[in-house]
Amino acid sequence: MNRASRPHVSPARALTYVFAVVMALWILLPIWLIGVMAFSEQAGVFRFPKPIFPQPFSTETMLFFLNSTGVLNAVRNSLVVAGITLVLAIAIGAPAGYAIARYLFPGREAFRVIVVSTRAFPIVILSIPLAVTFIRWGMYDSVFSLALMHTALALPFTILITSSVFASVPKDLEEAAMTLGCSPWQAFLRVAMPLALPGLAAATLFTFVISWNEVFAAVILTVRNRTLPALVLASLSESPLPYRFAGGFFLLVPSLIFMLFIRKYLFTLWGRVTK
Amino acid sequence: MVARCSQQLVPYLLLLPAAAFLLVFFAYPMVEAFGLAFAGPGGAFTLDNVRRAVTDVAFTPALETTLLLILIIIPVQFVLALAMALLVQAKLKGASFFLYVYAIPLAISELAAGIVWFSIFTDRGFINSLLVSLGVLERPFLFLSFQNTGWLIFAVVMAESWRATSIIMVILVAGLQSISHEYLEAADVFGATPWQRTWHVTLPLLKPSLQVALILRTILAFQVFAVALAVAGRGITLLAAEAYRWYNTYRDPGVAAVYAAIILVLSIASTLIFLYALRTPKEQSL
Repeated sequence: MNRASRPHVSPARALTYVFAVVMALWILLPIWLIGVMAFSEQAGVFRFPKPIFPQPFSTETMLFFLNSTGVLNAVRNSLVVAGITLVLAIAIGAPAGYAIARYLFPGREAFRVIVVSTRAFPIVILSIPLAVTFIRWGMYDSVFSLALMHTALALPFTILITSSVFASVPKDLEEAAMTLGCSPWQAFLRVAMPLALPGLAAATLFTFVISWNEVFAAVILTVRNRTLPALVLASLSESPLPYRFAGGFFLLVPSLIFMLFIRKYLFTLWGRVTK
Repeated sequence: MVARCSQQLVPYLLLLPAAAFLLVFFAYPMVEAFGLAFAGPGGAFTLDNVRRAVTDVAFTPALETTLLLILIIIPVQFVLALAMALLVQAKLKGASFFLYVYAIPLAISELAAGIVWFSIFTDRGFINSLLVSLGVLERPFLFLSFQNTGWLIFAVVMAESWRATSIIMVILVAGLQSISHEYLEAADVFGATPWQRTWHVTLPLLKPSLQVALILRTILAFQVFAVALAVAGRGITLLAAEAYRWYNTYRDPGVAAVYAAIILVLSIASTLIFLYALRTPKEQSL
């Protein structure tokens, strides 16, 4: 990044680089620090002043967290909820996305506007009335019910991202397949689907992140079947520091990895709101 | 004719599952939230829940802190997000790296962000470590003490600015990318400085994106609670935290639903305000 040493870089330009690096550090440093805590010995977590490298590097704190009562179970619940959410959201959302991308029909724009605005809605707050409904229906405290809430949360994103993914697959290719004797369904399956696959994969990863991170609905809608964020939140006030720091780090990491895969699609998710 | 008719039905059939799902899990609970808030034990209309919510000791602090946080965080985030977006657009080497790094917090949960900043601000945390090592402080300062509401709010502001600025940044970058180069070149031709160009050309053209980002960000801010809980414990309280407390601790869905309804109403009101305040008159729209 040391462009400033090059003679032809103007001071203003150099300053811009410095500024960009400072901003990047502001994002990255806190992640590094929680990583240091998560990979110190338990005694190291209480040390003062704190080092900025784990001294010595140790998995003791992480193992302590993972072996604490209920954590593994909660991790499993989180994965199951995210898994169901991911399947439901793509199964329900992708057809809608396809319809918006491929067909011109009365009500299309209205539906799109509804989807865009539900994305900006405080959906999570709706988990309180939903909890009451789920109790009435005998569906309370189940990973499946929570997954339904998470699907409602993720659905607008899935519809928007899949519609833009399908829109980017040329319609001509599907039509060509049909003139060569494919049925519309075959044309979709054999031509549009393979081309859309990377985008659809990104959409599902994003759904996973939404569900994995969600805590309000999780803590309202579950009691014994806590997801990981719900468990960590509910035990926040009585849990020891190593537990909290390792938990924070463990919650953070999967999302970071997924971001790497879906970064290309960020603008599809958030950028097209103005159009 | 039959085939043609069924062809026209195809898009509606494709939309049907999504529309039905949103109806059951979005529209229905929204109506139900108000139902719960205004229903007594027998289902009759009552203001009991509202009265109990509003007269609770924590109500006014929760409302005030929620609004105060929004008033502080939103401007801070917009300045940061605009700076990041302009940096990303400044044609730097490694621009895509910077964009990725700035976007990382999009994937970080409220709870994780709260824990991260708790580790920084807690009494034996990183800030105290730094200040004591440098000799600025003799012993750790209790930033997150119940008596220091100011510092508690400051820590939550830092955590939220860190976590939730990226979403604004991404919307603004998308907005910047859709601005035609001709406008910027025209500004250059007329001798505008980069600062003037940003202020008089880029920002006005960015208004629709700013509006969307403001609406989205404000609505999300009304629901914040895990960050505050992780950073400040019960040292400060927010509307969503009260909804959680009434539901989980007091087992009172009615009062919790009142808080949910208040958050819904505030979100809709703020959306309408931003739609009106930042409206683009037809003749000006490009």
